[in-house]
Amino acid sequence: MNVIEIKNLTKYYGGSLGINDVNLEVKEGEIFGFIGPNGAGKSTTIRLLLGLIYPTSGEAKLFGKDAIEFGPEVRKDIGYLPSEIFYYDKMKVIDLLNYSASFYDKDCTKRIKEISNIMELDLNRRIDDLSYGNKKKVGIVQGLLHEPKLIILDEPTGGLDPLMQQKFFNLLKEENERGATIFFSSHILSEVQELCNRVAIIKEGSIVEVEDIQTLRENNYKKIAVVGDDLSKETFELDGVTELIQEEDELTFFYKGDINLITKALSSIDAKDITIEEPTLEEIFMHYYE
Amino acid sequence: MNIFKHELIMKKQSILIWSLSLSAFMIFYMAFFPALAKDAASFDSIMNSFPEEMLQALGIKEGLSIASLIGYFTLTFGMIQLAIAIQSANYGFSILSEEERELTADFLLSKPVSRSTIYFSKFSAAFLSLFVSAIAVGISSLIALRLFNGGESYRLAHVLKLILTVPVFQLLFMSIGMFISLLFKKIRSVLSLSMGLAIGLYVINSVRGIIDSDLLGYISPYYYFEPGVILIDGIYDLKLFGLAIGIIIISLVGSYLLYNRRDIHSL
Repeated sequence: MNVIEIKNLTKYYGGSLGINDVNLEVKEGEIFGFIGPNGAGKSTTIRLLLGLIYPTSGEAKLFGKDAIEFGPEVRKDIGYLPSEIFYYDKMKVIDLLNYSASFYDKDCTKRIKEISNIMELDLNRRIDDLSYGNKKKVGIVQGLLHEPKLIILDEPTGGLDPLMQQKFFNLLKEENERGATIFFSSHILSEVQELCNRVAIIKEGSIVEVEDIQTLRENNYKKIAVVGDDLSKETFELDGVTELIQEEDELTFFYKGDINLITKALSSIDAKDITIEEPTLEEIFMHYYE
Repeated sequence: MNIFKHELIMKKQSILIWSLSLSAFMIFYMAFFPALAKDAASFDSIMNSFPEEMLQALGIKEGLSIASLIGYFTLTFGMIQLAIAIQSANYGFSILSEEERELTADFLLSKPVSRSTIYFSKFSAAFLSLFVSAIAVGISSLIALRLFNGGESYRLAHVLKLILTVPVFQLLFMSIGMFISLLFKKIRSVLSLSMGLAIGLYVINSVRGIIDSDLLGYISPYYYFEPGVILIDGIYDLKLFGLAIGIIIISLVGSYLLYNRRDIHSL
């Protein structure tokens, strides 16, 4: 079953484009990464799913139901962690969490305690006394306390120290094992690499690619660096070579294609040193971003 | 129900401060009346030396002396109305815009509630808060008139009729505030807007008093509920009353429609 189904979703803000003709399906139980640079349309897509903004055209379905028409109903099963966390400053953490829990028809007290313990969150402090990282923790507890079936995270890790981030990820993995689907937007790719099964890449409001994270990494891109005297760029101006850069006695480029062609080219030069490595996801994505 | 409760808790302090200040103002101001009444003749001669227009601007009708109980109470109640208008407009401008300004809208609107539920919860909580002010004004008016009437008589029925207009007056300013707040993408300063609306319309009504123009009166809600008129005649101007109800309904329906279709932007 698809937990998220987005069809031809388009959003314009006045005249300026938010997203254009986005199609996306997220299956039950997936951890789905949504990757793109700032301003690519990640938040717009998420806000459309949550009914915070209304689409210009197209539709989004959550659990098979229209996200706008059945908004209140589908949101019962959604936990959302916004990228920027702001809460009612005057309240105490526990009061805010209880207020949050009061929107769901179940007793969340136990879960509030559990998650706050894991995230080391002091429940008795006032929200305006909290640091950014601690506010983020409030956001995490607030988003997970009702054991949602779909967890939507918008750039979730900003402000958390590495240890907390790890705890948070473990928490997400547990939720996922319990059956929750996770939709995770980020521009930090190492995060995605660690958690997600599939990713969609969005750029300038359009989906560029949807891939298994495994396929992406095995995409056969090689990152090649050659060191030697008298290197000439022309030798490597072949099909499949990109990002060819010459710096003094070093040539670097990416290669995707028949590996024999490139070894032939490499054997034709007088090299002092050669490295061939898997590119990082970051580098793979640079291609999509351009 | 939880949003309603939350809104009231958030407004607790504001409700308390407004009702206490309004009551204190009423009692304190009226407490001067007995002393003034004793020396009515000389006070009247001072007032007569003021230009007629100035008195009209303050809502004092011809032949109504400030040194009389009704005249003095009219003046006091007029100022209370101004304060009430500020409070009502303030709530109106803020209730639907504050979550976006304080950036808590993402929290509230991603919960399993409809925009309609949020709208009605916030509206009822704000109106109940204003109603507390109305009760405070009503009770303090009755106490002040009883304690500081300087021996002059007044018609209780007329006073009650005036007090009963307060909730309508509040609703009028609040609903206008709500509607205007939704016409903007972002409301930055609620206080200056609400002071602007309340004082601006007050000034319009003052000008109306001076140049005696009915047209200006229609624009200013103060004219719909002039304390001087209601205290003396004891009747409402039904045409203006209907106009008030009409504006309230249009503003409320309009803001309901706008709020239901509103895009809540992130930072």
